[in-house]
Amino acid sequence: MSKQRKLSYLFSALWVAVLFAAIMGAVATGVIGSYYSGILVLIGINIILAVSLNLVTGFLGQLVLGHAGFMSVGAYSAALFTMNSGLPLSAAFPLGLLFGGLVAAVFGVIIGIPALRLRGDYLAIITLGFGEIIRVLILAVDFTGGAAGLTGIPRPSGQYTLIAYTFVIAALTVVAILAFIRSRHGRAVIAIREDEIAAEASGINTTYYKLLAFVVAAFFAGVAGGIYAHHVGVLDPSKFDFNYSVEILIMVVLGGMGSITGSVCSATVLTLLPEMLRSFSDKRMLIYSLVLIIVMLFKPSGLLGTHEFSIRKIIGKICDKKQKKQPAGGAPGKEA
Amino acid sequence: MDFLVQIINGLGLGSIYALVALGYSMVYGIIQLINFAHGDIIMVGGYAVFVAMVQLGLPLWVAVILSIAVCTLLGVIIERLAYHRLLVKNAPRLSLLITAIGVSIFLQNLFQLGFSSSAQSMPVMFPSKVITLGSIQLSFSTVLNILTSVAMMILLVIIVNKSKMGKAMRATSEDAGAAKLMGINTNSTIAFTFAIGSALAAVGAVLYCNTFHQITPYMGGMLGLKAFVAAVLGGIGNIPGAMLGGYILGVAESLTIAAGGSQISDAVVFGILILVLLVKPAGLLGKNVQEKV
Repeated sequence: MSKQRKLSYLFSALWVAVLFAAIMGAVATGVIGSYYSGILVLIGINIILAVSLNLVTGFLGQLVLGHAGFMSVGAYSAALFTMNSGLPLSAAFPLGLLFGGLVAAVFGVIIGIPALRLRGDYLAIITLGFGEIIRVLILAVDFTGGAAGLTGIPRPSGQYTLIAYTFVIAALTVVAILAFIRSRHGRAVIAIREDEIAAEASGINTTYYKLLAFVVAAFFAGVAGGIYAHHVGVLDPSKFDFNYSVEILIMVVLGGMGSITGSVCSATVLTLLPEMLRSFSDKRMLIYSLVLIIVMLFKPSGLLGTHEFSIRKIIGKICDKKQKKQPAGGAPGKEA
Repeated sequence: MDFLVQIINGLGLGSIYALVALGYSMVYGIIQLINFAHGDIIMVGGYAVFVAMVQLGLPLWVAVILSIAVCTLLGVIIERLAYHRLLVKNAPRLSLLITAIGVSIFLQNLFQLGFSSSAQSMPVMFPSKVITLGSIQLSFSTVLNILTSVAMMILLVIIVNKSKMGKAMRATSEDAGAAKLMGINTNSTIAFTFAIGSALAAVGAVLYCNTFHQITPYMGGMLGLKAFVAAVLGGIGNIPGAMLGGYILGVAESLTIAAGGSQISDAVVFGILILVLLVKPAGLLGKNVQEKV
């Protein structure tokens, strides 16, 4: 590990810590009111969803139209876990999130094994079908509360805890997905996106790696669902419909397929945008859709394309200028 | 006999899915785009009939022609404004899909703004007679739906297989690059495909209005999704396949509802799709294309 790389990790960690402290301080001193702290939690949830979907859609190159389905599985599992485990909430909440993620991952395996054998858009169609079936099944069975919804989900005391949890989990998700992409597994996944036949011919077990990426994404979607369940306190299956899956997909495509920083930015902006357009009330979805069409027409690869915003690259440039030595460490931060 | 009646009612419902599925299937066949705005074109067709008959007081046949004209024009305009630029630039297919979703959200909200989000009830369009065949009693709209859809399919097969434009369509869907080299104007062929698909959607919209008697700005969503499922079920890009898929979905839905499972009828529809795709990935009538290296 070069000195430069160590420095950049340190800077990134510092940057995230400062942001965390700033948000926590603003919430504690009341600069951010309870309405906006609710939006902060939603931003965190959407970042987790968008980044995890980007792993499948951006890096593996498979279209998924049922991400909200995995989210709903995670949400209901986590909520039922905290309600029935009998543990104190401070222990039950993180365990519930983990449980929700694991159940979603199991569903990911069940859906993924048959679906990932097919090529092209068929994965999209099967995940779409899965999302709808899950929604209808949640309505039909009893223990989920049916159409009336699941009520009485305990909320971690105060906004404070929930925001802290959401922030940390969102940051961990980004780190985990980045680490995955830059590992041997990640390179295999990207190779499949570039050319599946060539990847297979080079000895990559394509079905295994496709399933791996798919299940990792499902796990994080489940965790995001768990946070959502404890944030709103009431679960209603109609929230997790096809439109929500599409909303997450829009975040990924708009930010740039294959750019984690792009997903984080667009998840933040697209969560805030409808709130900021509230003064236009009934015309806001009209504006939203027009923005979407125009961005796609003039920047089809998404706002950031496959580029990552990286501190390492900036530090690299500064160091180069200072030392005027031989170019140091290739083009860091652009392997993705 | 009750069972038979349910099946025929299902065929009537399936006819609407089938007409919409044809549009999905043709567009997908030619540019590999899941045209999510297609469902909303039906909605626009429904509102065109509503405006013509209720607000302007025009006779039925004028309303039907107007609806078809509006939808055809809308389909071509959407293709020109929203998809054309991306197709020419050879953009990733996912960005095309997102634009289609954008158009869909736009149309829904535009019509919600113009006509409010509450449902508008449609006037009586065709006399609601009961037709008796032996011991079976059928409503007129069911028979009308089935006959119209079959007639449209025959017309479409003739256009695709016999006309010069149909030949150009088949060539473009097989290999757009090679078709261009052979002197086919692929741009106008794609526009023509959108026009035909949208015109069929308008016919579907008229049948929908006649069967369900009400329209909302959001009616295109689930209808479009199910029609797309029908197209995939039958084998996407295949005209008789789209019809078959539509009929199967309609019958499955009507039988599920008759058996008292109206709540899970959507799940049954998607369940059938997943089962068929697992056994026959290219759909019931689709050809399995081997990928060449």
